[in-house]
Amino acid sequence: MPLKVIEKRDVEPLVRHLMERFQVVGIKKKDGKNTYGVIESPAELRLDSCATITSPKKYFFPQRETLLQFAVDGSWEPQAVVEAQPRIIFGMRPCDIAATWMLDMAFSEVNPDANYLEKRKRALIIGVDCKEPCDEYCFCKSMGTLEVETGYDLFFTAADDTYIVRTGTPEGEALLEEWGKAREALYEDRVKLRAVQREKDERFKEALEFDVEELPRFLEDSYRSLLWDVLGEKCLSCGSCNLVCPTCYCFNVLDEVKLNLSEGERYRVWDSCQLEGFAKVATGENFRERRGDRVRHRFFRKGKYMKEMFGRFGCVGCGRCTRACLVHINPIEVYNQLKGGE
Amino acid sequence: MDARLLPTVDLDTIFRPRLAQLLNVEEMTAKEKLFTFQFKDGTPLGQDPGQFVEVSAFGIGEAPISVSSSPTRGDTFELCVRAVGNVTNALHRMAPGATVGIRGPFGRGFPVEEMRGRNVLFVAGGLGLVPLRSLIHAVLDMRQDFGAVTILYGTKNPSELLFRNELAQWEARDDVDYQVTVDVADESWRGNVGVITTLFRGLPVDPRNTVAVIVGPPVMYRFVIREVLGKGLPMGRILVSLERRMKCGVGKCGHCQINGVYVCQKGPVFTYAELRNLQEAI
Ligand SMILES: Cc1cc2nc3c(=O)[nH]c(=O)nc-3n(C[C@H](O)[C@H](O)[C@H](O)COP(=O)(O)OP(=O)(O)OC[C@H]3O[C@@H](n4cnc5c(N)ncnc54)[C@H](O)[C@@H]3O)c2cc1C
Ligand code: SF4
Ligand code: SF4
Ligand code: FES
Repeated sequence: MPLKVIEKRDVEPLVRHLMERFQVVGIKKKDGKNTYGVIESPAELRLDSCATITSPKKYFFPQRETLLQFAVDGSWEPQAVVEAQPRIIFGMRPCDIAATWMLDMAFSEVNPDANYLEKRKRALIIGVDCKEPCDEYCFCKSMGTLEVETGYDLFFTAADDTYIVRTGTPEGEALLEEWGKAREALYEDRVKLRAVQREKDERFKEALEFDVEELPRFLEDSYRSLLWDVLGEKCLSCGSCNLVCPTCYCFNVLDEVKLNLSEGERYRVWDSCQLEGFAKVATGENFRERRGDRVRHRFFRKGKYMKEMFGRFGCVGCGRCTRACLVHINPIEVYNQLKGGE
Repeated sequence: MDARLLPTVDLDTIFRPRLAQLLNVEEMTAKEKLFTFQFKDGTPLGQDPGQFVEVSAFGIGEAPISVSSSPTRGDTFELCVRAVGNVTNALHRMAPGATVGIRGPFGRGFPVEEMRGRNVLFVAGGLGLVPLRSLIHAVLDMRQDFGAVTILYGTKNPSELLFRNELAQWEARDDVDYQVTVDVADESWRGNVGVITTLFRGLPVDPRNTVAVIVGPPVMYRFVIREVLGKGLPMGRILVSLERRMKCGVGKCGHCQINGVYVCQKGPVFTYAELRNLQEAI
């Protein structure tokens, strides 16, 4: 795929141009905090800030989403509802791109989920490289998500007054083609890109004390560890970690009847495996009643189960769960505690 | 134009139920009713014994319910439902003519083909008879394809016995060994008293050619699996059907997970061999 170059001062006109055809979503400041939101004016977009509280998964998998409309008495065929619109996510970080890949797998395999996939298909992802770690909580380098090779349509890396742009898909290439102001990269640009990448890599430190490929085995060996009891005693079962995690996709399904009492809709909402009733059945049996069992389930999903299902870790090292956790349960510390005695 | 710019389309999705009409309701016990349904478009459900459906009471919600009838018996299908909560109580309030939504059939049912030619030992505890009945019917409808058939059934007390007419028929058949027990008897009860494992004493089981199919409440598995292992059965020929919380039935919502396994996809039917290393299973 071709390498292109865009002048930094041309980014605002590019955003303005894209806003004519797409809803443009990016990181902006809201109430003093960085957050992914709809860009209302090009100057709002902040390509160089990081550490958003929530992840961009909400644009493909909203916190609440209608699935179905029905007649309460079943007098007409229930209608499937899929809401989707053309959208560009401009400035997605590598960790979130890796997380999106994970959600793509989860929602497309075996029983394709049109509610997710139609939103995803209509979205273009323009990634942007990080310059330095967000804070002491992110550990993308250890999870192998500091660099992403795929999962974006375009990927911007800042170098001096320019962005060097990798094209990941024909759609991404066509977008620049149609805009017309990106130039082909020269040899110097390639050299510059490599230098920037090298400097970036040096600024990020390994957080794990072992090769992450060992993680599934360490988890397996620790299934009965007292560590889960200790974490269970700390954890408040608030579920914040699941809400902010870019790869969590469990949900609940509920019905709501309209005021006319004859029609209604079925919708899904984000759910959390840390909540007490998550695995409870109607007869009262709760298959993960102990808090420590639920904490263990979360870490096993991230570090083992999803890896077994999809080939990559369910944790991309973004650090959001640590930032959101009132009792400072931090996956870096948890993973390092699992390390064997060698 | 870029396919991504197409406007929103109406799609068939994994969440859209088909409409089915309630044809008949039969009261089984104080808490359980048997419902007979037919799809409004007349198509059969096409289930394998042991599969389940997601039933919608529109406006209330959806619940996973085992199909209790066998595909060998006509275009209607039967669900036996215990009233425990929102959806199940809404179903209990319905009368013939009412409409529900059905998604499915879902999950992996019993491996009927692999069971052919073998002796079958059915063990049902309480509501476990409901999914097991679809397989019992299928086996009895193809009786000559199977070896010895044994049915062990246990409930807490006599008033909880389901499908009484059928129990009497099984009892009367020469080609079925049917035994029943209750945990606690009442004045009218003349049969066995004791938990279901008491029926295993002296029970003849040929470990070389028997499949055990066990469905019941979670506590029952631990004890009954021990009994059939004690009879020498290999773990791959011990079948169970597991209940978990299920919200979607299609491998997405995460509620049904046992460790890394989605019960709605890989189950609800499992061999014990598949479960022995899943710590959250039994
Ligand atoms: C594969 C499968 C097959 C099944 N087959 C059958 C069958 O053939 N027949 C049958 O009768 N049942 C069957 N069940 C069980 C059936 O699905 C449940 O009884 C049903 O889902 C209950 O739904 P409800 O809306 O009536 O109850 P709900 O209203 O959802 O809940 C009932 C009870 O559970 C509690 N509860 C609900 N949600 C929570 C929560 N989040 N946290 C804590 N407590 C909660 C409530 O307090 C309430 O007491 C099957 C289940 C599975 C998974
Ligand atoms: S588990 Fe925590 S660090 Fe890992 S991806 Fe989820 S929010 Fe980020
Ligand atoms: S955010 Fe922290 S306290 Fe809340 S459920 Fe997650 S680990 Fe437990
Ligand atoms: S019921 Fe939703 S994943 Fe199995």
